[in-house]
This record gives sequence, structure tokens and C-alpha cells, in this order.
Amino acid sequence: MGKLTIPEQELMRPGHMGCLGCGGTLAMRLALKAAGPDTIISIPACCWAVMPGVWPNTCMGIPMLYTAFEVTGASISGIRAALDAKGKKDTNVIGWAGDGGTFDIGLQALSGMVERGTNALYICYDNEAYMNTGIQRSSSTPEGAWTTTTPVGTENYWEQGRKKDMISIMVAHGIPYAATANVAYPEDFVRKVQKALSIDGPTYLQIFAPCPTGWKSQPAKSIKLAKEAITSLAYPMYEVENGVYKINRKPKEQTPLKDYMLKQGRFRHLTEEFIEEQQKMLEANWKRLLKLEEITNEE
Amino acid sequence: MSKHQDIPLTPINTESSEKVRTGDWRTYIPVFDAEKCIKCYICWKYCPDAAIKVKDEESLPEWDLFHCKGCGICAEECPKDAIEMILEEVE
Amino acid sequence: MVKQVITGNMATAMGTRLCRPAVISAYPITPQTTIVEYIADFVADGTLKTQYVKVESEHSAMSCCISASNTGVRTFTATSAHGLLLMHEMLEWAAGARLPIVLVNVNRANGPPWSVWADHHDTIMQRDTGWMSIFCENNQEILDSMIMAFKVAEDPDIMLPMMLSEDAFYLSHTSEPVDVPDQALVDKFLPEYKPEHFLDPENPKGFGSLVMPPQYMEFRYKMAESMDLAREKIRKVNDEFYEVFGRKYGNGLIEEYRCDDAEVVLVGAGTNASTVREVVDRMRDEGHKVGLARLRCFRPFPYEEIRDLAKRVKAIGVFERTYTFGYQGPFTAEIKGALYGTGVDIPIKNYLLGIGGRDIRTKHVRAVFEDIMKVAEQGLDQETKWFGLLDGNTPEEEL
Repeated sequence: MGKLTIPEQELMRPGHMGCLGCGGTLAMRLALKAAGPDTIISIPACCWAVMPGVWPNTCMGIPMLYTAFEVTGASISGIRAALDAKGKKDTNVIGWAGDGGTFDIGLQALSGMVERGTNALYICYDNEAYMNTGIQRSSSTPEGAWTTTTPVGTENYWEQGRKKDMISIMVAHGIPYAATANVAYPEDFVRKVQKALSIDGPTYLQIFAPCPTGWKSQPAKSIKLAKEAITSLAYPMYEVENGVYKINRKPKEQTPLKDYMLKQGRFRHLTEEFIEEQQKMLEANWKRLLKLEEITNEE
Repeated sequence: MSKHQDIPLTPINTESSEKVRTGDWRTYIPVFDAEKCIKCYICWKYCPDAAIKVKDEESLPEWDLFHCKGCGICAEECPKDAIEMILEEVE
Repeated sequence: MVKQVITGNMATAMGTRLCRPAVISAYPITPQTTIVEYIADFVADGTLKTQYVKVESEHSAMSCCISASNTGVRTFTATSAHGLLLMHEMLEWAAGARLPIVLVNVNRANGPPWSVWADHHDTIMQRDTGWMSIFCENNQEILDSMIMAFKVAEDPDIMLPMMLSEDAFYLSHTSEPVDVPDQALVDKFLPEYKPEHFLDPENPKGFGSLVMPPQYMEFRYKMAESMDLAREKIRKVNDEFYEVFGRKYGNGLIEEYRCDDAEVVLVGAGTNASTVREVVDRMRDEGHKVGLARLRCFRPFPYEEIRDLAKRVKAIGVFERTYTFGYQGPFTAEIKGALYGTGVDIPIKNYLLGIGGRDIRTKHVRAVFEDIMKVAEQGLDQETKWFGLLDGNTPEEEL
């Protein structure tokens, strides 16, 4: 054999502060491989605001701007504007935020960036809660999950809201390209990053990034868990280009949601009935995606 | 930079994190059986710590134990079970 | 040089054009709106070559400026009142990141109750952000101050953002004759911004990272150090500006008017100084030894100038267009603080006038002078006077 299926160059150095088995770290490593050195990245408050290292150290091999929590969209508009003023059209601009910084506090700035048509790629590494601050729920947290702000008590318990559908929100903006990705499929993610960066306009990627610390899962199982998120329909992998849907991975055989959930401490309290309800909801969503793919690919 | 006069106006990160020994975090250490390796580099591909090195497309993967945190993803994902995680003995 | 009759907001827009920022990002708010409109016109007509990023909030406007500035270019924004308040977090960021952004704030009252009229509360609330802060008195000063602001802010020893304040409507929407300098002269006075450190793929660096307690304090000390250096820098640039353009504003920090032999002076900022100046002339004609000290620079605070002034007079009255609830007017508190330990113990009284855009007329200023003259002779009767509160009279009568 002996063939590297993703770019060899390492622009993320070791010695960073990511937890064992961190999906968000792997996502960054892959994204930088895909983007290459002529890239500027803006990162708001999130795990990645801490993980590169304490001053003066950094694991980043590209220029990086740390920003406030809610500003990623505005920040990458600013970087792009300055590069345009300097005539540096080819430099890639990436905004890199967690789900809290994207789905919640940064949603307005992201919406503005997409609506303005900024030529930049926004990547959300989605670990489904505020992990950097210690596992508090976000609007990306799936229904049923334990977090420190949705504890399992006797009267009030676990996350009650449904996970926000960010891709649909992005598609509603008329974004040229939006996609979900998954750390278990590096080749697919690298391709999506490169495709997004080749588009002269705003693009959005959302990568499923297991968090063993927050999900109470085994670090070694991060990749297996990420694969199971696809086969159980918990986190479909698809892309939307100019409104046309394409599902990138259709499981040959659907695996039970229960198997996926019970590998994670954050779901361990759930009853079989509850998980069945969730599975029905995810199946309905999957059907909706299949339908969208069918409709949008019609001539 | 022990004198404040030598510090820049704002923190600017220019030094590599590579000097940080994250290998200290490790509980389990990967043990690699080169005999079983088929050079698929799946271990390299999935390493969140960029702690597995592949010199070129013919060579065997090498573990950078100064940085490897021992998460065990490489062992879990190896299709040939060429990597085993064992409890590390500390002197 | 061309003399034009323009509003404060047009002076801001024309000043912006003369300074050639590479990136402008702004969001409309009354009464700043015509600034963003004029800039849009300049961009549409091709007379201003800039990247004009029209964002979805003031918070994003400042964030956009910060990121562009960190990419190594000159940036500008303008806002007012609630817009400035929404920016607050990022004002802190701009200063901490040591970015020489220039912002024009059209001073407007904060709600509730809703008001769009002149008031200094918005600017004063940003006192501790690390921004240099200058109050302008007229439209000429706005335009001139923009050119000086970038020059001060971009000095490698300073590298702090600067806020210029202009009173809502009194300046923003009032036309005055303004000398618009030649572009070539401005270009020579204010060369292109070339920072040492910026986001550059050819020389990758990280900006704004986590710093541990043993070093954080050093970075704050450096801000304090630069802010102190800025006093001399502002004075120097004020002089240099005079050499080239023939105009200056006091010593850059404070502008004294007929204070030399004055027994009492009023200290004010912004447009109220013009009214005071008029009254000083009239009262001087009547033989009263009165003067005006216009506080141009609020941060860094010109404590040396204040001490020097206080040594020469019997009492100081302070015109305040806002109040720090639970204490006194902000200028008053600063002035008193500057005098502590100097041995100067004169009465200082603060007068609240013009809050929320209430007119300050010559008769009000005269009444304040008469009051402070009485204080100079008889001592302080009260520390704070809310001047002209309705007391059976109608607002029309009060004016």
C-alpha cells in the first residue's frame, strides 16, 4: 500500500492543549492540511481559543487572530476586506468557531457575513455543547443530552430542545455552499474545505467533532462514534451547493440509535421509549433530506 | 522575557508549541508491531495530536512519544491490530 | 485649501476621505447616519477608495475594524449612543489588541427615556476602555482632529485607538465654514499605516492569545505607559499640525480662553465651550475676570494642565453634560482627583446643563458664572447643581 489519502503537510503542530481523543483538534489538523499555508484564521472564544497554547507558544502554523465570542462572521469580513485592500485575493480566510459561537452567540455575525457575500469559509466544529467552559448546553445540544446546565434531576431533567438546524439556516441565506462533515471521513472533509475555499463567496462547513470529555465517551472511540453518528442517522453527512442537496454517505444498513447513544455517558439516563422517539425524529429528518436531494436534483 | 521592557505591546504568538511535553498526560502507551503494519497510515490520518510521523510513503509510522497523549485512537482504528495500548510504567 | 460650508457629519466624512482608511465598517444610527451616507456616496462616486463593509450591528462594525486593522490596514468607523454601548466589548478589544482604529462618536443621550439629542454619557461610559478620547467643539476641529487622531494612534509608541466626539445636532447637523485641506498635504502629514506586526501568511503569528497571570499585568502596564506617553504625543502632533495647516487647538489637550488673569473659570467640553466663550467676552467687557478652559482631551486626562490652571484661579465651575450616578459629574471628579495633594484647595462646583440636548444659552452660562463668582467669595454652598430644573416654570420659559 503506502499512500497518503490526505495532504502530508502538517500546519497544526503537536504540543497543543486538546484533550485526549478530541474531535475538534483532529478537525483543525485536517482543515489546515486542506487549506495550506496561505491562510489566515480567526478564532473566537471556544476550546480552540485555548488549545493552541499559552503565549508565546502556538501550535498554529498559519496566522491566527483570537477574537471575542460572537464576532467570527464580522471578523472574517474584516480580514477579507483588508486583504482586498492590499490586493491579496488568493489568501484563504477561515473563521473557526464552536457550536456555541456559531449556533448561539455568533449567529448574527455569521448571518451578516453570509448575507454580505464575504469571500471566506466559516467552519463550525460541532461538539454539541459549550465544552470550553465546562459542558453547558447550547442550541446544538441534541434533545435528551445531559450537560452541566441540563442535569438529570428528579423534577427538571436533561436537554429538552431540538438541535438547531444550522445548514437549513445557511441554505435560507442563499449561501453558495454549505455542508456537514465528520472527523471519521478526513478525505471527504479535506475535499469540502478545498471546494469551499475555491468558491468566490461565503461558505459554511459544520464538522461533527466528538468530545470525549463532554460526552463521557472513551477517547479511543471518537472515530467509531463519529461513524456511528452517520449510520444511526444522528448526524447525516451532506452538502448543499447552490441549493442542490447531495447526501455524501448513505448507510447500507441503519444502526440503532440506542447503540450510538448508550456509548456516551451524556445519554445514559434515557429510557428506551425516549430513544425510540428520537430515532423516529431522526428517521423523519433523513427522509426529508432524501426528498430534498431528489427534488433539488430534478431538472 | 523576564523584563517587562522586553515584552511586546500585545501578546504575539511566535514560538512553537512543540516544546510542550504533552506526553506527560499519557496513561496508556501505544506499542507498535511493525510486522503487522501494512502502511495504510490510518493511524497517522486520525491522530489528533499530530504525534504519528510518516517520513515518506514507503516508511513505517513512528510515534512521537514526547507529544503522544495516549488517546488510543490509532490502536482502535488500526485495521491490522498492529498497535496495542498498554498501561505505561512510570519511574 | 477650499473653504466649504458643511455639517459636522460631512466634516467627518471628508476627514475620513482625506485619511484614506483601507477599510471602513459601520452601522447606521441617528444622528450619525449622514456620516455613513456621505461615505457611501464618496465610495459610489469613486472619490474614496476603500473597502466599505456595511455590517449588521455596531458590535460587528468594531469587530470588522479590529480584524482589518490586525491584518495591517488603517480603519475607521462612526457611531452614536446605543451603538457605542453595543460596541463596548470590542472597544476594550481594540485597545487591548493595540490597534490604532479611529472612531467618531456623535454624542447622543442614552435611553430610556428615548432621546436622540446631545449628551456626553455615551463617550464617558467608555472612559476605562483604553481609548484616547477627544471632544470636538466645531466642525473644523472634527475634520482636523481626524487627521491628527490617526497620526497619534499609529505612532509605534502609542498604538491605541482614538475616539473623537461631536455633539449631536449642534455639530452633526449644523453647517459651518470648514477649511478642507489639500489631499497632498494630508498625505505628507499622515503617511500610509505600516505596522510592525500583522496577520501575514508569509510570517505567521498569533494575535490576542491567552496570557497567564504572571504576564497579563505587564500588558496592562504597557497600555498605561502608552496612554501616558500619548499626552506629549497629542501636544506634539497639535503643534506639527499647526506648522502645516495653520490651525491648532490649545495645546492639544486643553484650550484656555482668557484664563491668564481670570479669577473664576468654567471648564467644559464640546459645543458648550462656544457659548461660554461668548459669555466670557461679554462679561470681560463688563470688567469680570472670567475665563474658559475647554477640556479637549478626556483620555489621557490633562492633569498637569488642570493643576496649572487651578493654581491661578479662585474657583472652578465645571460644565457637565452627563452625570455619574452616585457621585458627581465625570469631569468634576477627574479635576478634583487631579488636584488632590497639590496643596491647591479652591472651591470646585459642578453644574449639570444640556443633558439630553437641552439648550445651553448665554443667559444660563451667565447665571453659572455669577454663581461661581459668589462661590469664589463665599465658599462652596453645594457640590452639584442640576441647573434649570423645572420648578413651576414651563420649559419654554426656562429657555
